[in-house]
Formats: sequence, C-alpha cells, structure tokens
Amino acid sequence: MLRSILERFKPGKGAVISVPYLWLLVFFLVPFLIVLKISFADQDLAIPPFTHLLKYDGDMSTLNIALNLSNFLFIFTNELYLDTYVSSLEVALFTTLACLLIGYPIAYAIARANPAIRNVLLMLVMLPFWTSFLLRVYAWMGLLQPNGIINNLLMSMGLISQPLEMFHNQFSLYLVMVYAYLPFMILPLYAHLVKMDVTLLEAANDLGARPFKTFWTITLPLSKNGIIAGSMMVFIPAVGEFVIPELVGGPDVLMIGKVLWNEFFDNNNWPMASAVATIMVLFLIVPIALFHRYETRQLEGKNV
Amino acid sequence: MMDAVAQPKTAAGAQVDEKPYLQIAGIVKKFGDHFAVDHVDLTIRRHEIFALLGSSGCGKSTLLRMLAGMERPTAGKIILDGQDITALAPYDRPINMMFQSYALFPHMTVEQNIAFGLKQDRLPKDQIAARVTEMLDLVQLRKFASRKPYQLSGGQQQRVALARSLAKRPKLLLLDEPLGALDKKLRQQTQLELVNTLETVGVTCIMVTHDQEEAMTMASRIGIMSEGRLLQVGTPTEIYDFPNCRFTAEFIGETNIFGGQVVVDEPHCVEIESAELGGRIQIDHGITGPKGMQVWASIRPEDVRLDRGEFTPAPNAARGKIEDIAYLGSYSIYHVRLPSGKVVKSVVPSSRWYEAGEEPPTWGESVNIRWRPDLPVVLTM
Repeated sequence: MLRSILERFKPGKGAVISVPYLWLLVFFLVPFLIVLKISFADQDLAIPPFTHLLKYDGDMSTLNIALNLSNFLFIFTNELYLDTYVSSLEVALFTTLACLLIGYPIAYAIARANPAIRNVLLMLVMLPFWTSFLLRVYAWMGLLQPNGIINNLLMSMGLISQPLEMFHNQFSLYLVMVYAYLPFMILPLYAHLVKMDVTLLEAANDLGARPFKTFWTITLPLSKNGIIAGSMMVFIPAVGEFVIPELVGGPDVLMIGKVLWNEFFDNNNWPMASAVATIMVLFLIVPIALFHRYETRQLEGKNV
Repeated sequence: MMDAVAQPKTAAGAQVDEKPYLQIAGIVKKFGDHFAVDHVDLTIRRHEIFALLGSSGCGKSTLLRMLAGMERPTAGKIILDGQDITALAPYDRPINMMFQSYALFPHMTVEQNIAFGLKQDRLPKDQIAARVTEMLDLVQLRKFASRKPYQLSGGQQQRVALARSLAKRPKLLLLDEPLGALDKKLRQQTQLELVNTLETVGVTCIMVTHDQEEAMTMASRIGIMSEGRLLQVGTPTEIYDFPNCRFTAEFIGETNIFGGQVVVDEPHCVEIESAELGGRIQIDHGITGPKGMQVWASIRPEDVRLDRGEFTPAPNAARGKIEDIAYLGSYSIYHVRLPSGKVVKSVVPSSRWYEAGEEPPTWGESVNIRWRPDLPVVLTM
C-alpha cells in the first residue's frame, strides 16, 4: 500500500527535481513578480517609495485596485527609452557576433588540440575568472586611458605624439565587452566541437570535400547547438550589462542597465525602473523561448 | 566456415582482369619507432574483391587509410590505374571508403548523404538526382530517401553508407569492417547481399576485416596481415589448404601444428621427426631444405581420423587419451592428449560411428589418431 503510493509519487525523483525548481521559484520568479508589481505602482514619497496596488477603502467597503500603466505608456512613447532598448540590443548583438567570430576558431583549435594540452588550454580560457570581474575592467581602464599604459608606451617610443582616443568610446566599450564575454562563448562551443565525430570529417574529405567545404557543410551545421548556446550565454547578460558601459563606454552609449541605475538611484523612481526592467525581461524571453522550443524539438527528434 | 571453403568463390560475375590495376609498392608507415605497416607489396586486379584479414592492430586499417589518403605513407608508392596517387589528398583521389561506423552525416537525409560526394564534383542537379535515385534503388532504400540516419536500422544505415561510397563510381572502393557493426544473424545475410551489390556495380574493392568467415565468403582473394606485414596472399582455398606459415595456418580455421626436424628428404617423400607427436610425420611430397631443418607440420582437425583398436606404431599416427569432447550435432570435436602432452584436435562426423556400428568414444578412452600422408602441410616459419 505504502509502496504503491511511493511508486506513484516517486518522492525521491520529485525531491531531486524540486531543488532547482525551488531555486528558480524563490530567486527568479518571486523577485520578478515583485518587480512586475512595482512597475504598475506610482512613485510616492514613502518607504518603499511607491504606492500600493491594492487599497481597501473602509468607508465604501470596496477594494480598489490601482494599476498604473503610465510607466509603460511613457516608455513606449518616449524616444529616449526606445533608443536605449535598441542601442542595448545592438551592443549585445555586435558583442555576440564578435565573440562568435573570435571564439569559434579558439574553441575549434582547443577541441582539435592534443588531448594532453586540451585541459591546459581550457584552463587558460577560464583563468581570468580567478580575478574579480570589476578588477579586470579597472585594469582595462588603466590600459586604455589617454594617460594609460598603452598611450604612455607608444608616446615614449615616439610612435604617436597625441594620445590615441580609445577610451570612453565605442571602441573601448566593444573591446571590454568582447573580452569579458568571450569565455562564455568559447566554453559551450568547445563542448559541442570536442564531442564531434572526426570520422565525419574524414568521410566528407573522402567524398571530395576540401577542408573549407568540409567545415562549412559538416562542422558548422553540427556545431549549431553550440553556437546557439554560446550566443545566448553572451547576448542575454550583455543586454543588461551595466558595469562595462558605465566604466569604459562613452557618454553617448545608452544602455538599459544605465537607465535602470538612473531611475532607481538618481530619480528614486522605483516603478519606472521596474517597468524598464520588465520590458527588458520580455525582450529577452522571446529569444530564450525560441531557443527552448528549438532544443525541445531537437530532443524529440533525437540529438543531431 | 568450412562450408565456405568447400565452395571457393572466384570474383563471381565480373571477369577479373589479369593486368595490375592497383599497385602497392613497398609501403611503410611508421608511428614513432613502431612499424604499423612494414614494407607491403600488393597488386590488385580490376573488378577484384580483395580482403585484408588480420587481428586488430595488425596494420590493415592503417594500410586502408593510406589508400584513402588519410595517412601519408612513410615510404612506398601507390599506383591506381596507371596514376601515382601516393601524394594525392583524400578529396582528390578517385577512391571512396565505407567507414566502419558508417560516418553518415547526422544532419542530412539519406538522399543528401548520397548526394554529398556528387555535389562536390559540381555535377548538374538533374544528374545528381538521377544518380541518387539509381543508388537508392541499388540498395533498396527508395522509401527512406528523406529519412535522417538515426531513423534507420543498423542494416539500413549500412546500405546508405554503401550507396554513398558507390555514388561517385569510384575506381576503388574501400570497406572498413563493412559488417562489423551488425549483429551476427544480420551479418551473414548482409554478406551475400553486399557481394551481390558490389558485383552488380563491378567496382574494384578492398575490404578490411578481422572476421575470416566474412573474408572467405566475400573476397575473391585474401591477404593475411600480422604485425604490419603481409604474410600471404591467395584465394580462400589456397590460403586454407596451403598456408605458408604457422600464423596463417592457425589464423584461418583450426589446425594442429607439430614441430620437428627433417630426417628424410626425398623428392616424393619427407619425414619429420616430431617429439610432440612421439613419432614421424610422413608427407608424400618433397620440400626444399637441408636435413635437420626445423619445420612444422600443419594438419587440419577434419583430416585427423580417430579409431579404436590395436595401435601399431607408424608414421602419421599416435595414441592418446580423449580429454574433451565438444558435441556439435552433425560433428564432434575430440581433444586427444598425446603422451608428449600435446593436445590434438580431431573433427569427427557423427555419422562416422553409427555407420561403423560403434558407440562414440567417451572421456578418458584411449584412441588412435592418424592421417593420410598427402594431407599435412609443411611450414618453415
């Protein structure tokens, strides 16, 4: 009797699966719902600085629900916000493409390297993680500043007379973005490339495909899932990146992370900040959902 | 296995051209200090189905990969149809290979897999489509044209791999353990199917296998490889009946080998004094070699007769005790231990006993073994 109940509910399996679900529930879903709730509130001089959605009016015995849509309307009608979203997606997109173009050959080389040195190469890719992300961005500031190490070196060698302008502009922004996110591209790509069957490449060669053609028709399509996974790993956090545009990006770079910061800390407008964040999440959910659907299809049709 | 030998196959159907078509001359492949392939010379004729047979690590796969162009020989030459292809890249060789794992492209359909090689030649689309259809019909997979490889059974995948490697009409087809990935029952059925297909197409073919049954059923000639060397080349019958060394004799089928010294060497008679047998082995043909030379006589278990009764010492005979009997229905294998400690295997048809009106011998019984002097093969190495 007890056994059949246990078998039906499989408490062991349920307990194992429930851990990540619980984690996601407590640390992602609940906070997001709170943010969503705040986004429909109004700014208020109170602690916390927003109005409540539900108000019980004792005299009229009614429960008033006030959904303040003005934040969202404002975002969609104000060009600054729209431009910021576009610019954030643009920066994330180009960062992702650059990471892909640089990361693919690196991942490929590591995957085809002698197994004895493969792990060493992987360690080198992950080595920067041993230093705090913030410190590494500061290090770049030291390198790129007008009176930074690179400019000083070049000027002392007499190669340039004026410091190169490579700080607080698009160049420094992309450079540091790509630097910071490259490992997130390389690792999933490597994981896919290393398990690829090398005899497939031999077969393609044998059937008359030259090396480049083999890469284009066999290696690349077969590493599609790695490309998608790596691109997601770079694109999604890059959209909301705050530290890099703030510290090394130019004043003209509009990023959603910066807007969020301004609304939250400078304007003390929590509902507005929440609305900005909510829309960003919705933007990101679309590619994630597409990816998820693609992955499920792959699983159903066996792994390809 | 023995049935396959009883009916030697020539390269059935197609006539075999006597002119050398593929010449492998002095091919060497070294990995570090190790000779994977050690000075192999081999000539293959047009339309031949040739099998390289050997245990794993004997260098047969390395030799095949050198033919495909995936390994560069350390020394030697490969000439195919008058063209030196030794230095040619795999994609420039008129050679196609069917891989042991099939190496079907998982992201392509059956059709796309077969068309892949043709596309590399930039053939017109209608020609590609026609050839793909022809190949699909050849392997009877037309219905499966738009399936992906993982949606096919092992046998079907094998046929797709075959179709893909034949699609370009290669001058030479290489088969790496063509049936190795199939289970035993399917393998036997597929062997003949595969030979039929190859003969229909009339392609010259080299296959690599560790399965002697597969080699003997499918190939018109067999080359036995061991430790990088090609030990013997011949038809299945030649190799079974006239092995040239102990390795071949033991590798192909079962055999009993007796070491000994030549004591009599006449043109029509050789006698070998064998301590293992505890007597002399007499053979009714001469050998070329000095007296006292160390030789080995190989005698197949089916040629060793068993009987009871009085033992009179004579050449090609001994008396021993039955140590083991493997009853296999139509025949039994008797393991007879001689006084020297040597165990001799004898295959006896079950009919032998009831035709003689005798009970089959049993464990521990003393029996006589003997064989005809025309049956042993003398081996010098």
